[in-house]
Amino acid sequence: MSSIPKEHDYIGLSESPAMEIISGKLSPSSTSSSTLSTVEKNNGSSGSKNNNTSLNLKETELRLGLPGSQSPERKPTVPAAGVSLFGKDIDTSNANAYSLNPLKNLVSGAKRGFSDAIDGSTGKWVFSDSNGSEVDLSKGAVLFSPRGDNGNPQKSRVAGPANKDFAQSPKSVQDKNGQVAAANENSSAPAAKTQVVGWPPIRSFRKNTMASSLVKNNEDVDGKSVYGCLYVKVSMDGAPYLRKVDLKTYGNYLELSSALEKMFGCFTIGTLSPPPPPHSPSFTRQCGYHGLPARDGLTESCLKDLLHGSEYVLTYEDKDGDWMLVGDVPWDMFTDSCRRLRIMKGSEAIGLAPRAMEKCKNRDERFAHEAFAWKVYKIVVFSE
Amino acid sequence: MGPNPKMRKEFFDSTRSSPFPDEVLERVLSLLKSHKDRSAVSLVCKDWYNAESWSRAHVFIGNCYSVSPEIVARRFPRVKSVTLKGKPRFSDFNLVPENWGADVHPWLVVFAAKYPFLEELRLKRMAVSDESLEFLAINFPNFKVLSLLSCDGFSTDGLAAIATHCKNLTQLDIQENGIDDKSGSWLSCFPENFTSLEVLNFANLNTDVNFDALERLVSRCKSLKVLKASKSISLEHLQRLLVCAPQLIELGTGSLMPELTACQYAQLENAFNQLKNLSTLSGLWEASAPYLPLLYPACTNLTFLNLSYAFLQSHELESLLCQCPHLRRLWVLDTVGDKGLEAVGSNCPLLEELRVFPADPFDEEVIHGVTEAGLLAVSYGCRRLHYVLYFCRQMTNAAVATIVQNCPDFTHFRLCIMNPGQPDYLTNKPMDEAFGAVVRTCTKLQRLSVSGLLTDLTFEYIGQYAKNLETLSVAFAGSSDRGMQCMLEGCPKLRKLEIRDCPFGNAALLSGLEKYESMRSLWMSACNVTMNGCRLLAREMPRLNVEVMKDDGSDDSQADKVYVYRSVVGPRRDAPPCVLTLSEVDEASRCDGSPTNQNPSRYELPSWPHAPCRTGLRWAGFSSLRNLFVVNAWEHCVS
Repeated sequence: MSSIPKEHDYIGLSESPAMEIISGKLSPSSTSSSTLSTVEKNNGSSGSKNNNTSLNLKETELRLGLPGSQSPERKPTVPAAGVSLFGKDIDTSNANAYSLNPLKNLVSGAKRGFSDAIDGSTGKWVFSDSNGSEVDLSKGAVLFSPRGDNGNPQKSRVAGPANKDFAQSPKSVQDKNGQVAAANENSSAPAAKTQVVGWPPIRSFRKNTMASSLVKNNEDVDGKSVYGCLYVKVSMDGAPYLRKVDLKTYGNYLELSSALEKMFGCFTIGTLSPPPPPHSPSFTRQCGYHGLPARDGLTESCLKDLLHGSEYVLTYEDKDGDWMLVGDVPWDMFTDSCRRLRIMKGSEAIGLAPRAMEKCKNRDERFAHEAFAWKVYKIVVFSE
Repeated sequence: MGPNPKMRKEFFDSTRSSPFPDEVLERVLSLLKSHKDRSAVSLVCKDWYNAESWSRAHVFIGNCYSVSPEIVARRFPRVKSVTLKGKPRFSDFNLVPENWGADVHPWLVVFAAKYPFLEELRLKRMAVSDESLEFLAINFPNFKVLSLLSCDGFSTDGLAAIATHCKNLTQLDIQENGIDDKSGSWLSCFPENFTSLEVLNFANLNTDVNFDALERLVSRCKSLKVLKASKSISLEHLQRLLVCAPQLIELGTGSLMPELTACQYAQLENAFNQLKNLSTLSGLWEASAPYLPLLYPACTNLTFLNLSYAFLQSHELESLLCQCPHLRRLWVLDTVGDKGLEAVGSNCPLLEELRVFPADPFDEEVIHGVTEAGLLAVSYGCRRLHYVLYFCRQMTNAAVATIVQNCPDFTHFRLCIMNPGQPDYLTNKPMDEAFGAVVRTCTKLQRLSVSGLLTDLTFEYIGQYAKNLETLSVAFAGSSDRGMQCMLEGCPKLRKLEIRDCPFGNAALLSGLEKYESMRSLWMSACNVTMNGCRLLAREMPRLNVEVMKDDGSDDSQADKVYVYRSVVGPRRDAPPCVLTLSEVDEASRCDGSPTNQNPSRYELPSWPHAPCRTGLRWAGFSSLRNLFVVNAWEHCVS
């Protein structure tokens, strides 16, 4: 890890030490740690101009979350902010809770790979078009969702995504999105607070028990799920909320795609193609690239899918923190290594490398990816 | 009195003997169990009043501050069992400061003198200290039953005292308390010759107990019917316990997590096979798929399955439900999803109660769990459903209307749409029609919790239709004072009203002047009530205790949290500094609250005759409503 910090510093990705802190190990590099703490203090304004720009733009993107919270979605694209948020969260909840928290921990360290990819390429492909942000809020995307309570401030914070920093931006999101405020009956109180005490009404005993159980549920970083489920978050650019899916419930990529289509089909934005018959596999394609055979139920690519106009790429973040296109590896290997899923616009997937079977473990390769002129892999997940 | 003139005459002529000897009357009345019935009986005539009070063995006190232990002891001289409730329910959700009160100790001191043969004590939301537990253990030689639910202030040391000294203990039930779990050594404090235990519930605790001591305890307590273990008990331990206690009727497993060898698995399977009488199964912490089938043999006669700490998926739930044809009550986590609830609908035709808890309630970004579809599916399959507690992230008016159409017998309808103020997600309209349908269709409704985007219309419906409603919880709802007024004017049986984060102000608060004495309590927090409104209420209704708690940094005039309850003993004297007790009586001149100053007829407990004739003063009070916001020269102090 010691070779990493330099690169990480550039993008402000000192999360790796943070990640290690989170998983209970000590950071091998004090430099990284100090960078981390610096970033924490700067609260997102460290270094890179990209980051600042990213931060601002990010704030306009409508997300479901508390005022002051930062959706984990944003992290990859705003690394410094992500770090600071992340770090800040570590900072505040470190004493009690860094070992708590379910999926969020899984999400943590991965950002750097993603960001590396971003920064190497266009540098601006973070922001899905803001059409998405206009999605009807009444579909349940209330920003002022209630939070934990005074009795368990640490725990309840951690019970949310660890990456959230309640002091952070979406207050400005709130400002920019008046409709959000309007949508919420209770706009006055939550606008000021980031947590609503005692809501939802769940007794402390249950809250505490759930919080610690959730952690255990997803702490296993081997991918071996002792508890019988393997929840990963699925986000879609432009959708106002995330879903969680249990990868164990699917047997192959096809089933996963079907499920995701059901969950997110209503959110396709931009140009839409005619809806496929229900449960048809027609919406799942993979373009072969450089002759790599399609695997596990994915069929050969069709250029006509591109012409449907609605191109979404299903990507996932693996154990190493790299963002990969879904479909490259055998299903079992995928479920073992997948930590979260993201459905992104095809245009933003430029530079995202497919994962070859013989993936080189050398992390520097990530940067090498941008140097190559990859064709875009398209997995068209939704075409309705 | 009743229509019978003879009875009426007897009431006024206390020298005339009753038609029955007292002993017979007492014997007959002792068969009455319901405290409501008993209260009614006590109003018939003086003789019946006396007979009833001498024969009452169990007293239920819904609000520990409504009465004093001295009054209770004087009223009911031969009580063996007491149920006592303390803090307002919202203290469960951290809305009440920790040192608020509801200390059980003063009660224990009086009981030690007046009820030395007390056998049972059930406490809910009381502050209990280790000293109190020790006092209890030492001073009541016949003590048998201790139940602590949602209490706080004690540690496992207190439990050790109970275990050590209560030689006749039959029930120890520790549930969902704020307990300082120092060590599991308390369990080893039961003496080796102690065999009377019938109920042991320590699921609340996490620290390891000495398993050998537990095993010996379970073996020698042949009457043990209920055993609910904590997470620290492993599957291997469980197997050994089950072998000792195949007669169990209720079982709470420990953690289902640790790995078992094949041999251990087989042994455990055998052990569960022996549990033929099991009607309740709970615990199942960290239940994982491979071990669920172990439970199947024990499920045949299950009526209550509590999976609310088990992260199950839909197919796992389904497999389990197939084994439970007689299920009446089911508690699950929303990890089972709508699909899991479909399985409930398909497999549980006798289901009466369903509670669906959120596994991850504070993760608003992620939408998962259950939706309206799940509850809808249950309602189609489980027509006998009458109790539902449902945490969800989306709901529609149409779904709720269909649900109550399918299940019109709801007595408890608690719907929590977790995002405050969220409308019907399909139509974007408020959820008024949903709750309108509930109160119109479910005529037996006793308890209602509302959520989602709600206007005053919801409360108009509630006031108009909810004639049997006793408990109502309202959060983030309503548009104006009218909402609360509808509730107060409309629901004749309303006893407990709790409101938070609603736009109800003084006019609303004061519209209930006539109502509050017939209710147990009113809670209002984060509404628009001011100190002046509260003072006016306190002045107009001297037999109500009006308590105000203020949040840090709030405006002086705002009454952030208001708790109003009827009481025969006046404002309480143990309120901490953060609780302002408003009283019409000046602090200095206030009588000391001794019961002898009170009108004896007020001793009827817990029933209350219709609101007394203080109309004159009250109407005078109403005229000053118009001057609500004019600062009056109040003399009284607030403590």
